[in-house]
Amino acid sequence: MRKTRYAAAAIAAVAALTLSACGGDSGSDSGSTEGSGEKIRIGIKFDQPGVGFKDGNAYTGFDVDVAKYVANELGYPEDRIEFISTPSQQRENMLENDQVDMIFASYSITDTRKETIAFAGPYFVAGQDLLVPSDSDISGPDDLDGKTLCSVSSSTSAQKIKDNYAAGVNLLEQPSYAECVTAMQGGSIDAVTTDDIILAGLASTDANKGKFKVLGNTFSEERYGVGLPKEEGLVTCEDINTAIAKMVDEGAWDEAIKKNTEGVDYTFNAELNPPKTDACA
Amino acid sequence: MEGFTALFEQYDVVGAFWVNIQLAFWAALWSLILGTVLALMRISPIPSLQWFGAAYVNIFRNTPLTIIMVFGSLALWSQLNVNLSSDFNTNFFRLAVLSLTIYHAAFFCEAIRSGVNTVPLGQAEAARAIGLGFLPAAGLVIMPQAFRGAIAPMGNVLIALVKNTTVAATAGVAVETSSTMKTMIEFYPNLMTQIFLTFALGYVIIVIPIGLLTTWASKKLAVAR
Amino acid sequence: MSAQNVLFDAPGPKTRRNIRIGNILGVLLIAALLWVAVSGLAEKGQFEAAMWTPFLEWGTWEFYILPGLLSTLKAAAVAVVTSILFGLIFGIGRLSGFKPISWACGIVVEFFRAVPVLLMMVFFYQFLSKSTSVEPGQVPFFAVVISLTLYNGSVIAELVRSGVFGLPKGQREAGLAIGLTPGQSLRSIEMPQALVAMLPALLSQFVVILKDSALGTFIGYTELLEYARRLASGEGNILPALLVTAAIFIAINWMLTFAAQRLSRRLGARAGKVLKIEDTIEPEGIEAPVPAAAPAKGAAT
Repeated sequence: MRKTRYAAAAIAAVAALTLSACGGDSGSDSGSTEGSGEKIRIGIKFDQPGVGFKDGNAYTGFDVDVAKYVANELGYPEDRIEFISTPSQQRENMLENDQVDMIFASYSITDTRKETIAFAGPYFVAGQDLLVPSDSDISGPDDLDGKTLCSVSSSTSAQKIKDNYAAGVNLLEQPSYAECVTAMQGGSIDAVTTDDIILAGLASTDANKGKFKVLGNTFSEERYGVGLPKEEGLVTCEDINTAIAKMVDEGAWDEAIKKNTEGVDYTFNAELNPPKTDACA
Repeated sequence: MEGFTALFEQYDVVGAFWVNIQLAFWAALWSLILGTVLALMRISPIPSLQWFGAAYVNIFRNTPLTIIMVFGSLALWSQLNVNLSSDFNTNFFRLAVLSLTIYHAAFFCEAIRSGVNTVPLGQAEAARAIGLGFLPAAGLVIMPQAFRGAIAPMGNVLIALVKNTTVAATAGVAVETSSTMKTMIEFYPNLMTQIFLTFALGYVIIVIPIGLLTTWASKKLAVAR
Repeated sequence: MSAQNVLFDAPGPKTRRNIRIGNILGVLLIAALLWVAVSGLAEKGQFEAAMWTPFLEWGTWEFYILPGLLSTLKAAAVAVVTSILFGLIFGIGRLSGFKPISWACGIVVEFFRAVPVLLMMVFFYQFLSKSTSVEPGQVPFFAVVISLTLYNGSVIAELVRSGVFGLPKGQREAGLAIGLTPGQSLRSIEMPQALVAMLPALLSQFVVILKDSALGTFIGYTELLEYARRLASGEGNILPALLVTAAIFIAINWMLTFAAQRLSRRLGARAGKVLKIEDTIEPEGIEAPVPAAAPAKGAAT
């Protein structure tokens, strides 16, 4: 009951703004994409090097490579892909509102999310891990007592370490991982935590190459899936799963991982990867 | 409504406000001191100090506080190894105070300078006539009047400072109001309006009395001319 | 007291020597401060060429800095317009002779002047994310603009009010004497003059809007600071990126401040009375001293 009241209030509050400011905008937008029916809109992260990154006017990273492969299999070659930024908090919303056709954005499959959207995949099983300087003697989350650990605001990974592994760890929250890595280079931070593939991507940028290592001692399982709208849209879950399986069989999957984590001491969890895709709902 | 009151048992809202109040208190103290020094520099006869004072004000009051805050933790702490305390959390608290001080000192300086502008020319001339040099004239005659004339603008800076302490989350201060509110909203999205209003009201309760007090004080202490 | 040099006598030979010594000491002190900072950062490799060469490449400007600057300016420009509208409506509302209206406007204005902009942004971001009527991609933009509008609009509402109060009583009396209603007098006699008087303060408020738009980075609005971060996560040069960002903000804001000062001096010469902070009633607000300091100088002469 309460929820509906808020929704109503929300609509009232912003209706005027939306109507005046972006009504025309969105109209022409969806019109052009649907009208020509040529492009597929894929949501990725724009700010995670090695995973989903907008590098100048090019898009790079593991998520991007998988997305390109899958899209190609579905009949959308690279020139017919439109990449759209889907920040973590906006992902479900953008699918529900038909802003994107599918999402490859380090998107963990969870039951809560399944209530509002559908998933294909998973195409990768990541785990929360630690990034440390190459010469560090930290070998896992248990060694962090009295050390300084950096994460971005509202990350669950750091709190998990404090609660379950090292109560005496000093947590530092920074606005983004770029700050964390710079601070670690300066020597004031002992470790950075988040999903292993994201850490590997961070460490594989030109500026950071050879300076850090990913421990490979994961303490959680994050199954990255392809976010899809609940109601079947442009592409089907089955087709995506077939494409992912083909990518793994052809070896393109391995290549994509290698290419995007080059120069970093990193091996993914081979027991869980490459994953078998779930059955489609 | 029940869920709402239960929130206060789970999250220490008052404690979060207390962190911001402490940040504001220390930053206000230090930036008042630094601001006074800068104002003295700007009205001093020494060109290099005048230049420094002017450059400082123009640089820091035109930079977004967020950038200064990130610099405080990133450049000072992680690159230059500035440690203000051996205790981890105290260190970041003090770094945040330092960043807030650097930013708001520029505004205190300008507030005091606008106070100096309210002092009539004759006062300075009289000070010189009885043989006072720059520092005695400034310390005994000009500044006491300037401060009284600058209360209203300084009150504005103080209010801005209180509100700006919310940006301290950028500098690694974990348990202050903006990050607490963000966490609460993320976990209880259906109560978000109540949560926001609670925090907003907290600031209204802190800020309005400061405004009333400084308005009252500026009238009460105004120098009759 | 506009001429600062009256604080000290025309220096004699001895004072001149002292000033020279003081000047040299001052230069040394400043140089020492800079040296500690620069050498410390250089030791950590922050001045290595690789950290800075990205800024010599056109791509960095084409894909990061200019788009970032553009969306910063876009949010600021929209917020300026909506803030002025908000300020005019609530400022005039507060001057209304009908008590309930002036009370309601007063409460709204006082409330939004007291709430930190960051809290508003976080709230509106979440609020709009949950609602279905805003395009999700546009949520951060709207959250930034709404928050900036509510705060700065309230400050401008106060400027409007104090601008009208700052006018000589005779203006209103003259208006009433020729048979205008209080509302007509406000609209056609008092407001035009008040608006001219508040122009410099208004211009200074733009500086505040521009600076506060950088808070949008916390809710993922892709403005200049956010793009700088993005660039830095690829290039590993967050400190240089932040320095360049700060320099851009300083340059723009410095020009705005300069324009505000010039304008206030010109208006001061023309109208003889320019709004300054002492005139505002219970003045509050972030960086209010900016409008204060600048016009006060012109007004005191």
